[in-house]
Amino acid sequence: MSEKSSKKKKKRLIFRTSLLLIMLSLIVFAVVSALQDDDVTVAEGEMAPNFALKKFGSDETVELKDLRGKGVMINFWATYCEPCKEEMPYMEELYPEYKEKGVEILAINLDTTDIVVNQFLREYQLSFPILQDEGGQVMNLYNIGPIPSTLFIGPDGRIEETVIGPLTLSKLEGHLKDITPSS
Amino acid sequence: MSEITCECGHVNPEGTVLCEACGKPFEENQHLNDNKPEQLLNMRYDGSARRSQTYQRTIVDKIWNFFSSVKIGVSIIIILVIASALGTVFPQEMYLPPGSDPTTHYKEQYGILGQIYYQLGFHNLYSSWWYLLLLAMLGVSIVIASIDRFVPLFKTLRKQKPKRHVNFMKKQRIFGETTSTDIDYKRLKKNLKSKRYKIHEEEGHLLAEKNRFSRWGPYVNHIGLILVLLGAMLRFVPAMYMDEFLWVREGETKEIAGTDGLYYIKNEDFILETYDMEDEANSQFQESLQNQSGPVPENYQTNAVIYERTDLPVVPGKEPELEKVREAEARVNHPIELDNGISLYQASYQQNEFSSMTFKLHDKGNEDTDYGQFTVNLIEPKDEYTLDNGTTIRLERYFPEFELQDGEPTQVSKFPRNPAFIFEVKVPGEETEVSFAGIGVNIDASGENDYKVGLVDFQTRDVTGLTVKRDYTLPIIAFGAAIFMIGVIQGMYWNHRRIWIQPKDTGVWVAGHTNKNWFALKKDIDRIVADTGIEPPVDQQEEKDEAERGNDDGIISDKQ
Repeated sequence: MSEKSSKKKKKRLIFRTSLLLIMLSLIVFAVVSALQDDDVTVAEGEMAPNFALKKFGSDETVELKDLRGKGVMINFWATYCEPCKEEMPYMEELYPEYKEKGVEILAINLDTTDIVVNQFLREYQLSFPILQDEGGQVMNLYNIGPIPSTLFIGPDGRIEETVIGPLTLSKLEGHLKDITPSS
Repeated sequence: MSEITCECGHVNPEGTVLCEACGKPFEENQHLNDNKPEQLLNMRYDGSARRSQTYQRTIVDKIWNFFSSVKIGVSIIIILVIASALGTVFPQEMYLPPGSDPTTHYKEQYGILGQIYYQLGFHNLYSSWWYLLLLAMLGVSIVIASIDRFVPLFKTLRKQKPKRHVNFMKKQRIFGETTSTDIDYKRLKKNLKSKRYKIHEEEGHLLAEKNRFSRWGPYVNHIGLILVLLGAMLRFVPAMYMDEFLWVREGETKEIAGTDGLYYIKNEDFILETYDMEDEANSQFQESLQNQSGPVPENYQTNAVIYERTDLPVVPGKEPELEKVREAEARVNHPIELDNGISLYQASYQQNEFSSMTFKLHDKGNEDTDYGQFTVNLIEPKDEYTLDNGTTIRLERYFPEFELQDGEPTQVSKFPRNPAFIFEVKVPGEETEVSFAGIGVNIDASGENDYKVGLVDFQTRDVTGLTVKRDYTLPIIAFGAAIFMIGVIQGMYWNHRRIWIQPKDTGVWVAGHTNKNWFALKKDIDRIVADTGIEPPVDQQEEKDEAERGNDDGIISDKQ
């Protein structure tokens, strides 16, 4: 008799434990998914999603995966964004040096009107490639909210750092150093 | 082990209040159902052993017992109700006017209470972790409390025997003793059957029972609730649920969000129709239309073309190769449906965004002069425009939406909502002049211009706002709601009724129990015992109540 009931108890414990575990995992799933903020950029440490964009003012297309092995800085900007304009000269200043060291800067423009961008480029004389994301597809892909937003991608294609908001010259240089391939 | 062996021979699990077989009240466990001697039996869960009441060994049991408690369940519900109500006091963050900053909005609009509301996180209540946790705890409570009550109740009702213990019979709310030797059992059984009772017999003792299934109503109802909760939870899975928003300008082709770049939509035309007062067909609305100060919209519609991308795999940003799927119209409540479960709903619109502007060159002092006109396409303006008389007008700067900041024109967005231009006008044989033109502004840069660029005409286009939605959770939630309703109906429209008949040497005892509607049970029994020689039993609860009322105020109730 007591053997039978202790067996019953064991069964009951297993049943209760497994049901509680199932419910716990469902709860964890729900709470974690709810707390994942939709507005943040693609997570640091993840592989940067591939994209292909046309270079401004040419028919040349730049595809991110072709740059594997190099450090890549992606800067999302637009002509109507004042802080974006402020960091452009810093990027221009550091670009020649870091291009030598194997770092590429891609400035992804979110304007829709070519002439506006042209006028901007005439004024600022930028030498790094300006890519056109008129439909905002790459912006959506990377979940970019406010601009400027900048991503630093290591030579292995992983996102090392994301920065929302403007960069200072020294900060920019620090991040560029981090993604410089060692050779 | 402390199993309870009843005098009838049945072995009951630990914690049983009334013997599963004969209903004998076990003295040591009467406190579990708050039973007092001299009182009628509390029949909840038929006196079955709820393990949670007796069984506390491991942490698992303790958690289990916590959630099994109805008091805990009700407390969770009350907290949820209060929290949900508080969440409606001020608007949730997502319903704030566009562009407002929640950190300051609540304080500015609602004062110190708004500030508290925001700081406590009530501005995002329904997706906050603690609100979700409360909902989850309610779900756990429903599951565990139901299992903990359904299983023993089911077993007890299955094991019950017609032969009941004396104390069980006497302590039923409906009970009657008849002293007579002339009892027509045949008639009794016939009467029971005609009332559709199922009869079980054991040594002459009878148990007549009907509608036991109505006891499962609450548990069926809880299964429905759990399905609704699970369905709502599946909304976190992108493949099951998606809700995006898309602005598409007339003439523009755009990727449909949430389709992984596979589908594109072109907005051919956005139509806003209003009710025509003159139209005969609208005569029945005449009066209400006249009561409105402005025109009343009749239809919001987007005429669209759906495209599918053919250059796979999709590389985001790459110029897509598109193949037309079909032309489609989205109207309110009539979405465009794609093959992959995605629907495009007409949800919003913006009218009258500028698409092109026409200017003419005239003498500064005389607007009637005309040296030629040119039209600037605001989506893709040209660098230079040439008039018939050989004058070239160069577009030096273009601001799609401009604002003056510290006297400098600055661009605030990429959409041509308030366009402004800096033109360089070069009339052959004359000096180049610079003018700044926009809506309501026309500035002569040098102050010495001979010519002026004046706005003569403009074209506009509309923007349609579409909700991109996929929702596979709705059928699950609807199914859960249906189960919920079935459970409610099952438990509300039928009652579980039992009648026990016990032959005695001196006559017969009758007892009855139901989970609700005692009056109907009493009526059933009265009809059943008619002409059988059995006296109708009494409702002991009512007798007691009446007696108490009589003692209290001395008024004799006329209630039977």
